[in-house]
Amino acid sequence: MNDTSGDTSDGIVVEEHIVFSFAELCRASGAASVQLQALVDEGLLDPSGQGPQDWRFAGPSLATARTALRLTRELGVELAAVALVMDLMAEIALLRARLQTHR
Amino acid sequence: MEFKDYYATLGVPRTATQDEIKRAYRKLARKYHPDVSKEPDAEPRFKELAEAHEALIDPERRAAYDEIGKRHERGQSFEPPPGWDGGFEYSGRGAEGMPGGGAESFSDFFESIFGRGGSGGGSARHGRGGAGAMPAQGGDHHAQITIDLEDAYRGASPTISLRMPVVDASGQASFQERRLEVSIPKGVRDGQHLRLAGQGAAGHAGAPPGDLYLEIRFRPHPLYRVEERDVYVDLPLTPWEAALGASVAAPTPEGQVQLTIPPNSRAGRKLRLKGRGLPGATPGDLYAVLGIALPPATSEADQAAYLAMAKAFIDYKPRSALEA
Repeated sequence: MNDTSGDTSDGIVVEEHIVFSFAELCRASGAASVQLQALVDEGLLDPSGQGPQDWRFAGPSLATARTALRLTRELGVELAAVALVMDLMAEIALLRARLQTHR
Repeated sequence: MEFKDYYATLGVPRTATQDEIKRAYRKLARKYHPDVSKEPDAEPRFKELAEAHEALIDPERRAAYDEIGKRHERGQSFEPPPGWDGGFEYSGRGAEGMPGGGAESFSDFFESIFGRGGSGGGSARHGRGGAGAMPAQGGDHHAQITIDLEDAYRGASPTISLRMPVVDASGQASFQERRLEVSIPKGVRDGQHLRLAGQGAAGHAGAPPGDLYLEIRFRPHPLYRVEERDVYVDLPLTPWEAALGASVAAPTPEGQVQLTIPPNSRAGRKLRLKGRGLPGATPGDLYAVLGIALPPATSEADQAAYLAMAKAFIDYKPRSALEA
């Protein structure tokens, strides 16, 4: 095991300051291009631009893509159902936060 | 190292068919998957499940595991047989990535039987055909970091320790421990991600390294609750402060502030401190949620005070709406 110390790195908030190209989002999310294409076709990701070459994905796309891939890979959720599952997950998260706030 | 009973993990008999293994895994995975589960030990449980599934769902791996299982029981100490060397030859695909990807991997037990190549963390997925001479940018890695709410208000520079899989020229995988000081910008929110450029896996043949993505998690705070950019704090008042109005000290993550309580404030009322939530281009707000604490009536003098109040409010009927 090597130990490298003294490195410093500035964190950039992905959700606010980063826009991904198709290739960049594939790398960052670990998705194959066909998988990412499928997420776009399913409406889970909504890039701006005409075709894959011009597509620009907003920062939150990274978390969306990774969660969608985990659900398909690890739970076998069909892509069409992933959108529904993620909507429900977001709603539950919001309700839980509300419960905390209005307890 | 301990022998792991993968059948027990999935709750299936050793005679289970591949379909039964798959069904048992799916069922438990839905219960413990960290994305959907609220079980406190969801993440370690799911890792165990994923590892057991990965070992048993592939017939070749399962056969190898069963061979070892004939001589071991759960919890028993396990040493790989001499000459085993993690060197099973597999025609099948490599294991799929683990939840969270990145620097995670299956257990030492799994690796000692099936080899490291079998437990593909981030690096294996981005391997692009192994260590050829083609320049290929290093893979992007993912990890999580837990910070305090105060860190998000002020910004912070914690030092994190990363365990990164590295593959050398001969294709041997090993782990490298690395310390990195991360500058966390102020205003970051729970669930957001930071990109640390060039801190992912090293590139091949002179290509640039990948990036590291850090998912931000807030440590639960004893005083504050966070909803998006807004922060909530409970503020208990005495009945007379609530009724008559008062100026009371309230905590905020940035220090105490003096808060004016309007007269006739009710429990549950929220007082907004604009812009005192999480900082940012559009800063959040801080809400003091008012509560009313009743002093206990223990001494005779206490009771006399409550009786005097009862006399003064003889016509107050809090349950009038309940009367038929």
